[in-house]
Amino acid sequence: MAAPLTLLLIVAVTIRAVLFRSSLAELISERVEVVSPLNAWKRVVEGLALLDLGVSPYSGDVFHETPLMIYLFHFTVDYAEIVFMVSPYFVDCLSCFLAPLDRFRKQKYALESDRYPADCLELLRSPKEMFYIPLKVAMFYLLNPFTILSCVAKSTCGLNNAIIALFIFCTLKGSALLSGILLALATYQSIYPLTLFAPALLFFLQRLYIPVNLRRSSFWFFTLQYAFIYVGSLVVITGLSFFLLGSWDFIPSVYGFIFSVPDLTPNIGLFWYFFAEMFEHFRLFFICVFQINVFFYTIPLSIKLKEHPVFLIFMQIAIISIFKSYPTVGDVALYMAFLPAWSHLYRFLRNIFLVSCVLLACSALFPVLWHLWIYAGSANSNFYYAITLLFNFGQILLVSDYFYAYLRREHHLIHGLYLKKKDGTEATLVLK
Amino acid sequence: GLVFLSSEFGVDQFQEELVIRPLHSGDIYASFQFRTLWDTDFLQERQKVSHYRLFPKSLGQVLSKFSVRELHISFTQGFWRTMQWGQPFIPSPPGAELWVWFHDTVSDVDGNWKELTNVLSGIFCASLNFIDLTNTVQPSASFKPLGLGNATDHRFLRYATLPREIVCTENLTPWKKLLPCGSKAGLSVLLKSEKLFHSSFHSQAVHIRPVCQDEQCTSKAWELRQTLNVVFDLYTSGQGKKEWSLFKMFSRTLTEACPLATSSKVYVDITDNPELSPATPLLSQAVVLGDRRTYSVFDLTRAETFGQLRSLNLLLRWKGDSGGMLRPLLHAERYVAGFGLQTGEIHTVIYNNHPYRAFPVLLMDSVPWYLQLYIHTLTVTSKSRDNKPSYIHYQPAKDRHRPHLLEMLIQLPPHSMTEVTVQFERALLKWTEYTPDPNHGFYVGSSVVSALVPSMVAMNTNFTQDQPLFSSFVPVKEESSYFVRVYTEPLLVNLPTPDFSMPYNVICLTCTVVAVGYGSFYNLLTRTFQVDEPSLPLAKRLANLIRRIRGVPLLA
Repeated sequence: MAAPLTLLLIVAVTIRAVLFRSSLAELISERVEVVSPLNAWKRVVEGLALLDLGVSPYSGDVFHETPLMIYLFHFTVDYAEIVFMVSPYFVDCLSCFLAPLDRFRKQKYALESDRYPADCLELLRSPKEMFYIPLKVAMFYLLNPFTILSCVAKSTCGLNNAIIALFIFCTLKGSALLSGILLALATYQSIYPLTLFAPALLFFLQRLYIPVNLRRSSFWFFTLQYAFIYVGSLVVITGLSFFLLGSWDFIPSVYGFIFSVPDLTPNIGLFWYFFAEMFEHFRLFFICVFQINVFFYTIPLSIKLKEHPVFLIFMQIAIISIFKSYPTVGDVALYMAFLPAWSHLYRFLRNIFLVSCVLLACSALFPVLWHLWIYAGSANSNFYYAITLLFNFGQILLVSDYFYAYLRREHHLIHGLYLKKKDGTEATLVLK
Repeated sequence: GLVFLSSEFGVDQFQEELVIRPLHSGDIYASFQFRTLWDTDFLQERQKVSHYRLFPKSLGQVLSKFSVRELHISFTQGFWRTMQWGQPFIPSPPGAELWVWFHDTVSDVDGNWKELTNVLSGIFCASLNFIDLTNTVQPSASFKPLGLGNATDHRFLRYATLPREIVCTENLTPWKKLLPCGSKAGLSVLLKSEKLFHSSFHSQAVHIRPVCQDEQCTSKAWELRQTLNVVFDLYTSGQGKKEWSLFKMFSRTLTEACPLATSSKVYVDITDNPELSPATPLLSQAVVLGDRRTYSVFDLTRAETFGQLRSLNLLLRWKGDSGGMLRPLLHAERYVAGFGLQTGEIHTVIYNNHPYRAFPVLLMDSVPWYLQLYIHTLTVTSKSRDNKPSYIHYQPAKDRHRPHLLEMLIQLPPHSMTEVTVQFERALLKWTEYTPDPNHGFYVGSSVVSALVPSMVAMNTNFTQDQPLFSSFVPVKEESSYFVRVYTEPLLVNLPTPDFSMPYNVICLTCTVVAVGYGSFYNLLTRTFQVDEPSLPLAKRLANLIRRIRGVPLLA
């Protein structure tokens, strides 16, 4: 296990190093699919240059990073490449802990295995399968072209992904304090990880064997503890940012920017063209609708998946990556890294071939149609917009397919794998 | 004759002058200046000024209402070709330019600015109401007051330029109405729009500032200068012959001076020895723009100037090939580099043609917010070596609120070319923010290069009342240098456009994709898996219904 992992790390580092030194690095760091106004490296350098000129980086509308990021890069700007190469490896850490997690789950099932119908045993995973999951997750993340592009472009999305991965790692390991602090840091970077509070809380409650019952005082006690850690660290980090630059300018520049979407630079998301063509009268209404859309799946999903917090984390990250205001391929790569952890759901996926074809085709068409619109002038913005729609549609289909497969497996675990109708013939399962 | 106004409101006087300068390329440059000096104080609170004579009332009211200390507005059609024509007496950028110094008693400068632009828009029949906070800047060093006053708090300065503004007869007519003699007498009879706009360059301006009335500055007065610069082209107006006359240029001749003027003169530049008729014994020498030039003077207040025919039609003919033109010592160009609609680079090239002296220049760039400048890509190179500016003032743009302002003090090495480059990214705007012709492009106003250029000839620092107007526009502080302001070309930049016919379609399609997501999740969250029991066909269901009523066992 150590040897293949090391080999994988070496290959990944080599690919990134080669690309960093080639002329492609410049080209990649300008691509709108890979960088967005929130996390472009060019803007970080611009912010540092403004700081050197004595002007606040937030006085213009170019720089939208948080103050802690400024100070991180102030000291490491010359070693930026190393910083960006190291960050994906944090995502690996979590993969190493998916194995013990599954061991934990297996134990849980072992306790209840007498409740399972006998034919379900093939649905449970054997330790041998689970042994290779960390390697597969590492491979899916490190060798994913999206991740490589994002890293070579030096987009700070890689660092945000690293923080979220560390947060998941600490949650799975059971450390509520570290998990709360890292979640606060992830929320401070971009607001959307706020929705990960619920799955983390559910995981801790499950781990500590506290039933999720609103009438129980033990539930409230732990929830308040965790919330206190989270909110407290958030307040501390925000206060620290205020003292670093001496003003609250960063709040409208970072969070106001994320929520009100003033910059309509094209990206792979749904917001830019929608708000470029929006009637002015309805702009505020639709901004609220689209932003609420990211957050409001939390409660229903938490209710449905309260026994399965790890899958809930995956679902939340996927929803954030699809519906956030300035998505990039780095965000897509984060939730795609999770997919090998659910390779046992493969038999229940209905549309996986269609989805993979759609995603591959769209990834290939993005640069083509961008070139046609911006450089050749023979297409217009509608072409690029259409591929954006298709890419997001493909992602939604992927996520809902995995959700369907997960729910179906749970149903089979309880009711048996080979179901029969009343008259004894083979039954089909539908959602009703 | 003169009419003296003996009242407590002060004496006003009016002077008019026309300078005709043949240019090296065969074109001819005519510069009109009309100056009204008035000994009054618009800004005093005790008595509102109400008795106007030579000073136009509309401008006086503007000055007192908005507490304006200095006002400079110009409307220009065409671009001044410095390398072919030399330096102009009064430089101006293409389009409309307005810069104003407000008095330091003003509390809300932005409010005053907004109202002032609207009022001026009405006075000059120009669309100055397009000036708003998205194209107004406050330069910190480039536009120091040209008149009296030592307050240099640039919070009271506003500068805006509209490169797209077109100048036509509609703007000339109200401008002429501000003159004391209108267009009826004096030099202003020559201002006929069908000839003036059939030219390579046409610029009309109004400059108002407080000045000293004498050397010791014991009394102050308000000066209003209306200037009109026009360059007639050799081929389109001159029929290819290097032979010009007043009638050929303006289709009118001069018949009398303006009765209200204390001085009315025509200066013809004869330094390069053209043939001039009628000849005149009056000669004058003046050092202007670092060059000593000789002028023939025609004094229109003297009746003998008009001769027997009572009309003055000057004839100028070049003799052979006139000598070399004095090469302008400072010259600037600007262009956009790059391809595609995503990024680009602005290059500003400044030439220092002085053979051995280096001098600093102040470059001011105001770039609209939708071209996002990256100041870390700013490079200044002279003679292919890095030339770091000694002073940089950069105010980044705020989207939809204010433009970029970049001011730099650059030392230009002698006989060199300095190139300033900065990269920018083009923004995608909301569909309502595009003009009706979005593929024409968006204009970026001219850069301003201001400098004190070392002079080859000693400048005249003496202040005399009968100094020609063209040499007294810019105050000369020292002998060895003169002030020059050079405007570069405006830029035309294309931005990526969305499809303007699509708002409804886009809203529908995007909401559809979001709804697909919502629908899938709703299904999976609210429904459970059930074994699919096929439903009975209709006939059997009806039969079951009847059986239930009868109380008989149902069908399967």
